[in-house]
Amino acid sequence: MLKKRIIPCFDIKDGRVVKGINFLELRDAGDAVEMAAQYAKAGADELVFLDITATQENRKTLASLVEKIASEINIPFTVGGGINSVEDAERLIRCGADKISLNSSAVKNPELITAIANALGTQAVVVAIDTKLANGNWEVYSNGGRVATGLDTVAWAQQAEALGAGEILLTSMHNDGTKNGFAIAITSQVCNAVNIPVIASGGAGSMEHFRDVFTQTTATAALAASVFHYGEIGIQEIKDYLKNEKIAVR
Amino acid sequence: MIAILKYNAGNTKSVQNAIQRLGYECIVTDDTAQLQAADKVIFPGVGEAGSAMEYLKAKGLDVVIKNVKQPVLGICLGLQLMCTASEEGATEGLGIFDVLVKKFPPRGIVPHMGWNNFNTINSPLFKGISIEDNIYFVHSYYAELCNDTIAQCDYLLPFSAALQKDNFYAVQFHTEKSGAVGEQILKNFLAL
Repeated sequence: MLKKRIIPCFDIKDGRVVKGINFLELRDAGDAVEMAAQYAKAGADELVFLDITATQENRKTLASLVEKIASEINIPFTVGGGINSVEDAERLIRCGADKISLNSSAVKNPELITAIANALGTQAVVVAIDTKLANGNWEVYSNGGRVATGLDTVAWAQQAEALGAGEILLTSMHNDGTKNGFAIAITSQVCNAVNIPVIASGGAGSMEHFRDVFTQTTATAALAASVFHYGEIGIQEIKDYLKNEKIAVR
Repeated sequence: MIAILKYNAGNTKSVQNAIQRLGYECIVTDDTAQLQAADKVIFPGVGEAGSAMEYLKAKGLDVVIKNVKQPVLGICLGLQLMCTASEEGATEGLGIFDVLVKKFPPRGIVPHMGWNNFNTINSPLFKGISIEDNIYFVHSYYAELCNDTIAQCDYLLPFSAALQKDNFYAVQFHTEKSGAVGEQILKNFLAL
């Protein structure tokens, strides 16, 4: 049986892991390569690295970090942040990343999804969607959650799938860093609207939250950062808990 | 020396890393002489079947792979290209395995992405592996069950997780991304 995936996420700045609270205050959480190796050993199913500083100058730093991570770990990982062209994506895949994640650049230029999917395969393209409930609508935000795009979340997820996305990483910004639980309603709506895997993200604070997102939506993976990085929930601990709750995990 | 086939649909870096972690030397090459002289050949692949096959044919690598006498391991798209034909881009494959590659039915989430276990395993390739062990899959197309099936997996329907005929082995999952279980399977292949 296909297992539900538990995915620790790393916000990367200058090669180190940081985690923002509600996308704002940054706290340093550790060395990325070392942490990646530890998580792989601990039983994480996949890893996601988002370069939150992603500037021109940082591209080389990111590529060399990806190379180091790939040589250290034996599980799949996704890299995102500042990927604006097919060349950017190809470089990271060549360095050993399994998938790349597009966010603002896909909103700005949706054809980029298709161009990268054609070059690298749809399985390599994750479209990350940051969403927030405003006036009764779940709206897509870009630029690290700073810019309201006017796009409807479900419609954008469907468009991303049609353009060639192989997976959706859905982050509820209200919930992100709050530890109040995943945004079940919008996660469920997106899962029901697309036929590709959806990773739920934002708000994980307790083991029950993981259970809820897996029992109340068809998300195939759940992503979290701070609860793992600060040692509040161990990877093996969450796996054992979910197994007990009759959820198939590795 | 282990040779990893260099072509336009490779995730060669990850495969190379995995082999090196196991202590073997390897080269990434599309040179016929080097491929023929290697102890083992790995035929990796991530991407689209049609363009990959076109590239192999243009370089004459299709003939080279078919005629290699030492153990060959196809991984993911590598497995699919070793079959008779694929529905992806109506691609004619190498025909090493007499089986068709089809698209998963639209009744479920596609691609089949993540960790899944085996239904059955039957090969020295799976020495030390149990059917409860999980391996990592990412694919939208699958090889049907056939006489060459040495491992079965179930996702929406039962399919070939691994195939073997003579010196040709192939796995649909990513040995190089399947943690300790994947490493064991790769180790078993390298020890053949």
